[in-house]
Amino acid sequence: METGKHTSQRRRAFLSTSVPVYLSAFPRVFLWLIPLSFLLLAFFYPLSRILGLTFDPGTLTSENLHLASDVLLFTFYQAALSTLLTLLLGFPSAYLFARYDFPGKSLLRALTAVPFMLPTVVVAAGFSALLGPRGLVHTLFPLSSFNFTGTLTAILIAHVFYNTTIILRVVGNALSSLDPKLEAAARSLGADSFHVWWNVILPILRPAILASSLLVFLFDFTSFGVILLLGGSQFATLEVEIYLRVLRLPNLPLAALLSVIQLVCTLIISLIYTRVVTRSTIQTAPRSAASNIRKPKTLREKILITAFVFLLSSFFLFPLVSLPLRSFFRLEADRGQRGEVQYGFTTDYYTELFVNRRGSVFYVPPIRATANSLGYAGATVILSLLLGFPAAFALAKPTRLERILDPLIMLPLGSSAVMLGLGFIISYGAWLVSPMLVPFAHTLVALPFVIRSLQPAIASIPERLRQAASSLGASPLEVWKNIDLPILRRATLAAATFAFTISLGEFGATLLISRPEYPTIPVAIERFLSQPGGLNYGQAMAMATILMLLTILSILLIEKFRIPGSGEF
Amino acid sequence: MLEVHHIFKTYEGKPLLNDVSFAVPEGETICLLGASGSGKSTLLRIIAGLEEPESGFISFNGRDLTSTPAHLRDFGLVFQDYALFPHLNVNENVAFGLKMRKLPQGEIAERVANSLALVNLSGFERRRVTELSGGEQQRVALARALATRPRLLMFDEPLGALDRTLREDLLNELRMILHRTNIPAIYVTHDQEEAFAIADRVLILHDGGIVREGTPADVWANPESAFVAGFLGLGNLIRGEVRGKTKEDMWKVESDFGVFEVGCAHEHQKGEKVHLLARPLSAEKAAEERRNGANPINGVVEDVVFQQDRFKVTLDNGLYIYLPEAPKVGEKIEVRVKVECLA
Repeated sequence: METGKHTSQRRRAFLSTSVPVYLSAFPRVFLWLIPLSFLLLAFFYPLSRILGLTFDPGTLTSENLHLASDVLLFTFYQAALSTLLTLLLGFPSAYLFARYDFPGKSLLRALTAVPFMLPTVVVAAGFSALLGPRGLVHTLFPLSSFNFTGTLTAILIAHVFYNTTIILRVVGNALSSLDPKLEAAARSLGADSFHVWWNVILPILRPAILASSLLVFLFDFTSFGVILLLGGSQFATLEVEIYLRVLRLPNLPLAALLSVIQLVCTLIISLIYTRVVTRSTIQTAPRSAASNIRKPKTLREKILITAFVFLLSSFFLFPLVSLPLRSFFRLEADRGQRGEVQYGFTTDYYTELFVNRRGSVFYVPPIRATANSLGYAGATVILSLLLGFPAAFALAKPTRLERILDPLIMLPLGSSAVMLGLGFIISYGAWLVSPMLVPFAHTLVALPFVIRSLQPAIASIPERLRQAASSLGASPLEVWKNIDLPILRRATLAAATFAFTISLGEFGATLLISRPEYPTIPVAIERFLSQPGGLNYGQAMAMATILMLLTILSILLIEKFRIPGSGEF
Repeated sequence: MLEVHHIFKTYEGKPLLNDVSFAVPEGETICLLGASGSGKSTLLRIIAGLEEPESGFISFNGRDLTSTPAHLRDFGLVFQDYALFPHLNVNENVAFGLKMRKLPQGEIAERVANSLALVNLSGFERRRVTELSGGEQQRVALARALATRPRLLMFDEPLGALDRTLREDLLNELRMILHRTNIPAIYVTHDQEEAFAIADRVLILHDGGIVREGTPADVWANPESAFVAGFLGLGNLIRGEVRGKTKEDMWKVESDFGVFEVGCAHEHQKGEKVHLLARPLSAEKAAEERRNGANPINGVVEDVVFQQDRFKVTLDNGLYIYLPEAPKVGEKIEVRVKVECLA
């Protein structure tokens, strides 16, 4: 036989064992080519431009470096403080959930997880509606004169609100998988309560505490929307400063320098986190999770737990409820409004969204922002699925080379949204007049989530199913249509909803690159909030309420479609 | 008739299948028997068209199938883990191949009903396949393969995941179905009992080639090699050295267990190393009359295990035999065992 035929057959045989039958017809490289070129264009090229700008001698002046170190210091300071406070609330909550049974437990657990998935603008608007100068507390109790928005406290509290669920889940899991016999053993060996905690429980929990704290720190470190909207520009973290140096006091080289510092910091934190997580597998005896959960017994226990549950649910419920509430009540005069002001229930803030007013923030009816957002979200879904499917297929059964490519795809997840926006501005500034850039930026953020949703589902389809179908007479196309597609339907819907939700709530990148005449909901909320007058504020509340509802709806859909046990990021 | 011509295939640089050829005539069930990793499943997948050989080809009724993709070969394949489609119910699973062939609705319904009746699963049409037991799932997989009336049926360790009694029941049903439908079949397994129970002809695969081929009875009686005898667990394998010929045309072979007189199919040189097989079932207490090829073995009883109608007795020299009555542990016994020559 000819050698040429031999090698080509061998290559085809190799391919047929490593990809689904219907893909064996064309080389595997194509699975990667499109997602990878997208990453090159949308991430690595802009990144290289940012790096180029940073390491220009004109950028690395002592003045710039001095400012950067100040900003870096403050970013660390607020992140550390936020993490500490989150731990302070999260740890007792974790203990409560791991050890006690009380009515409404699963509801409260779900409630604590809601903020984590809400867009930052919604959380900021919620706190503003509750505690802001135009919020419920201030207008209902005019005597209470405290400043909330514009303070560090506001930032810290919003961060705690956001991230408590991380501590609660990670430490709570570790606590409830802790063998109660260890505690009993320590006591029988003569340890009192303090020593049981100090010498037994805390050392075992340390990896979980460390890992969850690092994760919270990472989120606080890269937080943008909350700081900008609740703190204001005087609290310049790296993210906020980048934004200011792009849009308000333009200095792109300084912005580039700050984003490189930001990227290096997040990479270091992520690396430490990964180390902690991989090292933290402490083997404890497997046992049923229910065994050390009990109902509170003594009166003291009952009072303490009731108080704590009340505190916890208020903390999570009030901002979420205040937002829609505030959007239906007129509590102050609108701008330019004279004479008798009708206070009380109103739907004006919603109907006003449909009116194109001269002198308003926009030249189009604000409800257009909703249409824009939905349009961008739709485009993001299509784009991220088109790119995500081939990559997920390759990653479901990766070759050695593809294993290296995996972290590349996840890299945009570790870089800040503002930096992605900056990269787009530097690299594709000339195209910024087009609204088409926004879905590309959103896809960059959504792609890791889409791939991580699809990949386990694809990997869960045994190749034998496709072979069985093929041996029963199904052509490659029919295999894809009758086997893969129906089985992947749920995962595809989950991935699509992920992309949709991310696009709806994306704030940092969109604020930088969206055109004034094509605002998205978060951008519109930011603009309304920064304007005086009760009507503008009310419309911000109405928009934020719409966004909150859309997001919660999407979260419910994701939960419905998700394959149990998949989707760890 | 299916013909397999000179198949070569390597796996991670090592030869897995090395010039394998055989044929399956109409109505015959052949069994590929081999240890795991012997390449038997790969061979099956090559025949099915799911993998390509590096050289050699498959033909059916004289037609080369090299350029025929899997879905046009019309070969049914039954997998060890059944590979039922989890998103389809029993009825839809069995109808799958018929839908692919675009048969009219009425015929599909009729054939599905017939196939399910054949595997005793009538009434299961609407059940979800994930709710079925292992045995029921395997029946669905069989019905699915039968419904298309393939030109050839292939089974890749189809009963490997089932328990012993279920396996025997299904094996009996399968044999009857194969006889009734007269479809030629290739059955792949590592379990010799299964292979001998179902096959008209057994092919033993080892080191990339077929080392023994024949009817179950023939292979059992004449393993012809130490590997086959050992793989089938026929008895004690003993190394020996030829000393010479006796008057009765037997060969004198010296071993660690004494000098045996054995019958051999081939001529041997003096001093040649040979493998001997001492079948434990042939053991008799020494007092009885000496027969052809029955040689005395001495030893102290080390272990006795009850096995239904007999006792497995292990001696201190490592040999084992079966005896109808249990000796005492520690007892010194002498038995006569039939020893044969493995060429």
